[in-house]
Amino acid sequence: MTNIICITCPKGCHLSVDEQNGYAVTGNACPRGAEYGKNELLHPVRVVTSTVRIEGALLPRLPVKTDRPLPKEKMFDCMALLDGITAQSPVSVGQVLAANILGTDVNIVAAKTM
Amino acid sequence: MKYDLVIIGGGPAGLSAANAAWEDGCRSICIVERDRELGGILNQCIHNGFGLHYFKEELTGPEYAGRFIEMLRTTGVDVRLDAMVLEITEEKNVHIVSSAGGYEILEADAVVLAMGCRERTRGAIAIPGTRPAGVFTAGTAQRYLNMEGYMVGRRVVILGSGDIGLIMARRMTLEGAKVLACVEVMPYSGGLTRNIVQCLNDFDIPLYLSHTITDIQGKDRVERVVVAEVGPDRRPIPGTEMTFDCDTVLLSVGLIPENELSRSAGIQIDARTNGPVVYENMETSLPGVFACGNVLHVHDLVDFVTAEAARAGKSAAAYAAGKKLDAAQVLDIHNGNLVGYTVPQHVHMDAPFNAVDVFFRVRAVCGESRIVVTDEAGAQIASFRRERMAPGEMENIKLPRVLLEKAQGAVTVSIEEGAK
Repeated sequence: MTNIICITCPKGCHLSVDEQNGYAVTGNACPRGAEYGKNELLHPVRVVTSTVRIEGALLPRLPVKTDRPLPKEKMFDCMALLDGITAQSPVSVGQVLAANILGTDVNIVAAKTM
Repeated sequence: MKYDLVIIGGGPAGLSAANAAWEDGCRSICIVERDRELGGILNQCIHNGFGLHYFKEELTGPEYAGRFIEMLRTTGVDVRLDAMVLEITEEKNVHIVSSAGGYEILEADAVVLAMGCRERTRGAIAIPGTRPAGVFTAGTAQRYLNMEGYMVGRRVVILGSGDIGLIMARRMTLEGAKVLACVEVMPYSGGLTRNIVQCLNDFDIPLYLSHTITDIQGKDRVERVVVAEVGPDRRPIPGTEMTFDCDTVLLSVGLIPENELSRSAGIQIDARTNGPVVYENMETSLPGVFACGNVLHVHDLVDFVTAEAARAGKSAAAYAAGKKLDAAQVLDIHNGNLVGYTVPQHVHMDAPFNAVDVFFRVRAVCGESRIVVTDEAGAQIASFRRERMAPGEMENIKLPRVLLEKAQGAVTVSIEEGAK
């Protein structure tokens, strides 16, 4: 049994995950907690949010995010990859700036129209 | 220039108030924003976690703001950017100045205050030591890093465990800095638990509870800080000092609603929230002036700002349309045991509400407990169970009209710990 805190929403449920029992989760207030608890022990993932360079906009940085969670151990590889991206204004929110990064099905998308 | 409604501030509160007022038929609205773009603080909050309540999905700050800015585009709301409000008078004349329009006076029937809040600074908490470069409030560093593109330091100590400080610990780490410690004077964190997990624990950043910075050293740039444990009186305990070699100190030590304009208009300010005293419809002590968002009381979640500001926007639209409420039939809400404040502080009993949402913070971490609402005769009119409450997490309860109508005199919200 492992006790963790759910980070899916601000409520922060105290979860207990039973590894012996198919990673059954208790203490969760919603189904997302059950999924988080299981994933967190088997293969933790995180959404990465950061910025990339943008040219021709009001400000020099464009906020970006991964469109789905990335394996946690790839977070710093993802950050390194963002260093090489320069967007050109205009960019629309949701626009894909890099597809299928680091051998995953995760894309880097713009988080702001600039 | 005359408007039915002038909204001061184009952040999440101002945007939501404008959209809600427009939806309720108000057709003469102006938002005055001092930045060059709408969105307020959300533009620098590039992390995700916004909108889970309101949109039922997890958005970043700019995405959340973007949705409301898009909604606003479909309305005829006037927006004045790069414009500073100098004064609001009791007659609801809003004095503004901008490069584009010079000095103007906007005459308003109703005003919504949505100016947000400011960070407490080093000066406000009087940390001893020299005055080198490298000491930033966490929000200033966040703007530099996320919007202007400047890395503010390489070896960082964070004082305070408010959410912005925690978010910046992760952000600086991802950008290649080493965050040596997060130091919190209280025995509990001021931020959301999820942020302790995903911002500190994920990156093995130590959190020192009941500790504070007792000295900042360095000539031109911060060179080191001294951290010491504090006792229950929050005074440093001699002999517990630790030294951290760092070039940057980020302060996440609290937020203060920005009410200079409210004060200039003679609006009554609550010393507990540092925001205006309001009624259930978000109206302040000056009829026709409404307040919402962080200028009213500091929120943890933007979703609640959006909901509160929509209430203010709707009320302001009703006021501008001539539906004024009588301040003669007023019920007061007081804070009792372990409750730091309540918003609203008053209720117009002649208002057409079905229930009043009351927001408050507890003064200390509470385990299993009950929120009880009593009247002046000592009768309990409502009770709510909670498994856990903390000062870092705003609480809210809903008080239906039928219960409030039963109350004898003012009602008091208090906490009974350990109650079944």
